[in-house]
Amino acid sequence: MTKNVTAKDSNTSTIIDLETRNVNKHYGDFTAVDNVSLQIEKGSFFSILGPSGCGKTTLLRMIAGFDEPDSGDILIQSNSMLGVPANKRPANMVFQHLALFPMMSVADNVAYGLKQRKVNPAEISKRVKNALESVDLGDSGKKKISQLSGGQKQRIAIARCLVLEPKLLLLDEPLGALDLKLREHMKVELKQMQSRVGTTFIYITHDQSEALVMSNKVAVMNNGAFEQVGTPSDLYYHPETSFVAGFVGDANRWKAKVTQVDHVRCTTQVANGPALRGKITGTKPIAVGDDVDVFVRPEAIKIIQGEDKPQESDNSLQCRVVDLLFNGANSAALLEDIATGKELHVALPQTGEYIGLQKGESLTIAWSQDQTHCFSARSKSTSK
Amino acid sequence: MIPSISQPPSLRWTYRAYILLFYIFLIAPLAVVATFAFNDSLFPSLPWNGFTLDWFTGDTPQRLGVFSDSAMLESVGVSAFIAFFVTALSIFVATTNAFLFERYDFRFKEFLYMLMLLPLVIPGVILGISILISSNSMANYMDEVFNLEVEFLRPGLVLVILGQFAFITTIATMVIGARLRKMDRSLEEAAYNLGASKTAVLRTITLPYLRPAMVGAAIVAFLMSFENFNTTLMLTSSDSPLTITMFDRLREGSTPELNAVSLLLMIVSGVLALISVFVQKKEDS
Amino acid sequence: MKQHTSIFFWLLLAPFALWLILLVIIPHIDMLGIALREQTAPREYAFSFKNFIEFFTEPLYWRTFMRTAVMSILATALTLLIAFPVSYYIAKMLRGRSKSFLFLLCLIPFWVSELVRTYGWMILLRETGVISNALQWAGLVSGPVELLYNDAAIMVGLVYTSMLFMVVPLVTVLESLDDDIIEASYDLGGNMWTTMRQIVIPHAMPGIVSGCIIVFMMTLGNYLTPNLLGGKDSLWFTEQIYTQFITRFNWELGSAFGILLLLLSSLIVWLGLKLSRQTLTSTMT
Repeated sequence: MTKNVTAKDSNTSTIIDLETRNVNKHYGDFTAVDNVSLQIEKGSFFSILGPSGCGKTTLLRMIAGFDEPDSGDILIQSNSMLGVPANKRPANMVFQHLALFPMMSVADNVAYGLKQRKVNPAEISKRVKNALESVDLGDSGKKKISQLSGGQKQRIAIARCLVLEPKLLLLDEPLGALDLKLREHMKVELKQMQSRVGTTFIYITHDQSEALVMSNKVAVMNNGAFEQVGTPSDLYYHPETSFVAGFVGDANRWKAKVTQVDHVRCTTQVANGPALRGKITGTKPIAVGDDVDVFVRPEAIKIIQGEDKPQESDNSLQCRVVDLLFNGANSAALLEDIATGKELHVALPQTGEYIGLQKGESLTIAWSQDQTHCFSARSKSTSK
Repeated sequence: MIPSISQPPSLRWTYRAYILLFYIFLIAPLAVVATFAFNDSLFPSLPWNGFTLDWFTGDTPQRLGVFSDSAMLESVGVSAFIAFFVTALSIFVATTNAFLFERYDFRFKEFLYMLMLLPLVIPGVILGISILISSNSMANYMDEVFNLEVEFLRPGLVLVILGQFAFITTIATMVIGARLRKMDRSLEEAAYNLGASKTAVLRTITLPYLRPAMVGAAIVAFLMSFENFNTTLMLTSSDSPLTITMFDRLREGSTPELNAVSLLLMIVSGVLALISVFVQKKEDS
Repeated sequence: MKQHTSIFFWLLLAPFALWLILLVIIPHIDMLGIALREQTAPREYAFSFKNFIEFFTEPLYWRTFMRTAVMSILATALTLLIAFPVSYYIAKMLRGRSKSFLFLLCLIPFWVSELVRTYGWMILLRETGVISNALQWAGLVSGPVELLYNDAAIMVGLVYTSMLFMVVPLVTVLESLDDDIIEASYDLGGNMWTTMRQIVIPHAMPGIVSGCIIVFMMTLGNYLTPNLLGGKDSLWFTEQIYTQFITRFNWELGSAFGILLLLLSSLIVWLGLKLSRQTLTSTMT
């Protein structure tokens, strides 16, 4: 399942900052990390996205050195980290709750790692000053941690690591505790900070929007293994597994049986429901009679109004409007398939076109076959 | 019930009157002790004969003030000596206990934790006599077998220190353990991740984090030792600490000098209590 | 960070084990050993239940024992009754500064030596004391009245001394009850009594139990207060232990008394924990 991240680049001269080779970690019978291999290029913003309990935290802690893998190897710039304790690894971590030292001033927090390295005091104060200035907190050195705002704490937690010039910066969902507005702001700030300093960031999160907005590459993790590694748009437009299609972005989903296969397309029959045609997607082959998961994104669905007719090749359904979910640019309509009662989300672009839409109204919806992804339901990741 | 739920005024005022009575009950004995320290009379009782500082500074045999009463001052010294060692010992063991119970999992942990709490529920008099018995039989054994007279196993300062240490350690362990339990482990991981060795993590992160609790526990330990009576009574000999001296004086019939000593004790305890409250406040911020 | 556990673990276990075994466990085993022996000849001892039999055949002993138990239970109940409304007032009726002030005020007597507190009550209650004088001044009595040296005086002293150990757990547990829950109870049609009975008291149960246990143990093992406020006839069991040990030098009988007192307190604490379905560890922390 795991793919080499650099597969698309034939350029072999890029430096690989982090490589994991077949890393496994078990807790009793539970497999936390299942044979994960990956390579991360120098200077990239790499996210590991997955639901809680998928093993992403365990993987990050193994990279940091807080846990040892049961088998496999972890290499930072081609040096194996096995047996290297966390305090000797060139990787620093921004903790979920930041773990700023409350008994020290802001400057002492930033200076902590340098002091541990026995850097001379003059050099320390110079570098701390630079580090604080680089996160726009040049005059906050004497403050107590409790005097900082949420966003400032984030920046200090990052500055505290970056001042050590690590090869890798590991971030363990540090935005989780922030309120929505600040989180949106910090996403942009983090991304800009990363491109400015050029350090390789490894960011783990369960929030797809954080991963998609900030990263060059995202690995989607589920049940301890990587489902897909790719650019954010790859994941969104070309999901390789049913899990990725369901987890990244919103999607309407049916369970169906394949009735006909035609090269890259297939026709499926939903039990007691419509026949849907779509693209065969993913790495697993599909044959007639297979169970499949069929996905279509809310924004791929068109609402047919007035005299328009759906194209012959499109999938189409007769629906009733159950509710209108106004949310500015993300507004949607909650529809119900009249034949089966299945609920569907359809995006409503706020261009004025759908202003007259009423609750209870009946209408026709349609979407193209190319926007319909069919995944084999046999892979373990869809067993849920 | 709570301020947001209105009650009939009669009920509210009855409640307030009750609270007022309670605080009078709480303060009255301390207030009279303090007041009579300044009564110009040979007895700590009414009538009020006017204000005097004799019971602090007087140096005639008739009116011996605290600051001239060498026996009393000596017993303060003895108490301070005992309290110092009890505090040092109990804070040390309490800190190791806290790490043992908060940071390690081992067999019979629950059971051992319960044993750790035992000294708190054993009456002080019994804790005293049991240590007296044990040390005495040890001393007798040394005497019979090795023909050695081990002085410190007989009633005296060492036994008083051990007896107080036995139960004060439990209290100190609970205070320090609670703080350690509250600590976010990721602080230590962060320090380790930033390159600190394990001893550096302990020195720069964990112990500074525990310091308010250790200071608070030390103050409590010192005061409890200074004021202990029950356990001390069973283990003391000729060098009597302050509480024992005061007890003996009290039974002989007291002069207001005792009030003066009590007032000084109250002031010192009050100041220490305020410090510990202040330390705890700082800890929470 | 749990590598190399073994050596650190043993280093932490050592002080704990030394403290607990040498100062708590061995002394109590020794005490049991002495309680279960009798002297048959000079320096000759034999196993025997003689001391326990003596306890049950001498009415003074077991009456004192029963009296101590009953009075301790009574004192605990009284302390709870008095402390609950006060704790509730501090925890739920007050906010901010006045709350911390009244709570601190409750703690003050704890920081002052028990000896000083008891001395205060002696000054208040004795024949020449403040209350007696006040009653005469008010014309309620014609001559001096002795309020000291009776069971009521002992009870007042015991309740006073224990008050804090009831107030602190009660305030803590009552503070953890959200106002929302009380408001919800009213909102759903409850009144003061149903809310008290069905919401507040069940919520406060852990605090009530731990307060009662601590107060009971402290009262049972108290020596100073009954001795000073009850005078010669106080008949408190710890005084019997003291007499056997220090005055009569009958360590065998004294140890037996100690064991009996421990058994009694364990039994009552065990019953209390069983009835309230709590554990010792949970009530202490």
